[in-house]
Amino acid sequence: MLLLAFDTATPAVTAAIHDGERVLAESYEVDARRHGELLLPTIAAVLRAAGVDKRELTALAVGVGPGPYTGLRVGLVTAAALGDALGLPVHGVCTLDAIAHQARAEGLAGAFAVATDARRKEVYWASYDADGARTGGPSVDRPAEVEPGARTVGAGALLYGLPAASGPEHVSAGALADFAVRELAAGRELLPNAPLYLRRPDAQVPAGYKAVLPA
Amino acid sequence: MADEPLVLGIETSCDETGVGIVRGTTLLADAVASSVNDHARFGGVVPEIASRAHLEAMVPTIRRALETAGVKASDLDGIAVTAGPGLAGALLVGVSAAKAYAWALDKPLYGVNHLASHICVDQLEHGRLPEPTMALLVSGGHSSLLLSGDITSDVRPLGATIDDAAGEAFDKVARVLGLGFPGGPVVDRMAREGDGSAIAFPRGLNNAGDPAYDFSFSGLKTAVARWVEAKRRAGEPVPVADVAASFQEAVTDVLTRKAVRACKDNDVDHLMIGGGVAANSRLREMAQQRCDKAGIVLRVPRPGLCTDNGAMVAALGAEMVWRGRTPSSFDLSADSSLPVTETHVPGEHGSFHAHAHEALK
Ligand SMILES: [Zn+2]
Repeated sequence: MLLLAFDTATPAVTAAIHDGERVLAESYEVDARRHGELLLPTIAAVLRAAGVDKRELTALAVGVGPGPYTGLRVGLVTAAALGDALGLPVHGVCTLDAIAHQARAEGLAGAFAVATDARRKEVYWASYDADGARTGGPSVDRPAEVEPGARTVGAGALLYGLPAASGPEHVSAGALADFAVRELAAGRELLPNAPLYLRRPDAQVPAGYKAVLPA
Repeated sequence: MADEPLVLGIETSCDETGVGIVRGTTLLADAVASSVNDHARFGGVVPEIASRAHLEAMVPTIRRALETAGVKASDLDGIAVTAGPGLAGALLVGVSAAKAYAWALDKPLYGVNHLASHICVDQLEHGRLPEPTMALLVSGGHSSLLLSGDITSDVRPLGATIDDAAGEAFDKVARVLGLGFPGGPVVDRMAREGDGSAIAFPRGLNNAGDPAYDFSFSGLKTAVARWVEAKRRAGEPVPVADVAASFQEAVTDVLTRKAVRACKDNDVDHLMIGGGVAANSRLREMAQQRCDKAGIVLRVPRPGLCTDNGAMVAALGAEMVWRGRTPSSFDLSADSSLPVTETHVPGEHGSFHAHAHEALK
């Protein structure tokens, strides 16, 4: 197996190559405003670093959020387009699951919740039991509503001072790839390549609409 | 001609997910998925709704275009995409998709200007553009007079609206008259039954001393709203067809007069009109009359090519390939306020793209 994984649901622009055993190469850069510019060069760079030709890839995995929409869509549309052009299956992974997987890999034990920044004084969150199984979420709520709040990880947890908050702040594609490989090996289905928005769109026609296409 | 460049173009600057495929100046496919109905109840385009729709429609629309054109993605000579101007989040979906296809298929990528594409699309209908060409672009997002010496590298703005776009005025007047959104087609339809000289609505920036090529439709829109309101307050029936026709007459009068004047002042004997409002029947009629009188050749693409679509992006992309313009790099960004003078966004010399192509050889 040669899996290309990437995620744009958090401020990190991250991509990794996984061969079914381990991560061959990974890139991780935090730049919340430049997902669109950075993702493709990042993907090309990890392939080069891993010494893998794109035509050798066997599958794609992409973080489907939840996360701020504009950045999130960069990852999803890139995955859909690459999957179509290269003839590869695209597996969706809940971004919060990948962060939880990384936290456990880094030694966090017991039950905990993952919370990322959803802006507007809210967090995207999900909770996990001691075996790593998701027990709540993904949801978008005010920080006080995150349960269980005994231990928390993620940028949202750190930002709002949730109990025993720690890193990892954002998702890394290496962890996401590893999560996807293990789930697939265990015969479990991953998600479709569709965004976990969790909120309805803001149905506001901007006052400055006319200004979007200046002369 | 088989040796002309085969290019796929992606357009997502507003509410249409458009994918076109052209060979040189020949249109092979023009697939469009529109979210216009999802915006209707809001009376305007909601950016987040548009972006969500683009994501869903992107790959299916590309597949449909390839199927219609009967070509394989591997046969393409390039992939073009609207890099701006437009709604930032909407543009980003198309730009990201274009990059992924271009990279996966080892094709050059061309991030092109939406406004230049509106002009270039006429090549699919009437053959290569004469140089220079005067272009009047009118839609819900733009109202500009542009002078193009070379559509791939030289587009100069002569004038633009200082407030509302022409299409926006149509939307607002349609709302005032209770005709729904979008306003352009329905106002056009109503106006056919009305008298364009029934009400003397004001013409913006039409006095000596006003900027010769700029437009203003805000005062007109307000005048229509006031006139209609006064009728309603007086308990009198609103002559909807006459209002629509008189409003439309005021808009097209100013647009065509200034466009013809720009041609004369700049010694240009060709005028092209593009953008969604170019589908307006009265605008086409009046422009034809005034151009005939002034000895100017008028070029207006059929309505389906005037509104936002992928074919126009493919048309400009093909011209970029044809003229050997530098492709964009893979760090191309969507630029919501890309100036019209930037006809495309070339990568820097020694860019990532160049390296990538070097490495593939
Ligand atoms: Zn347009």
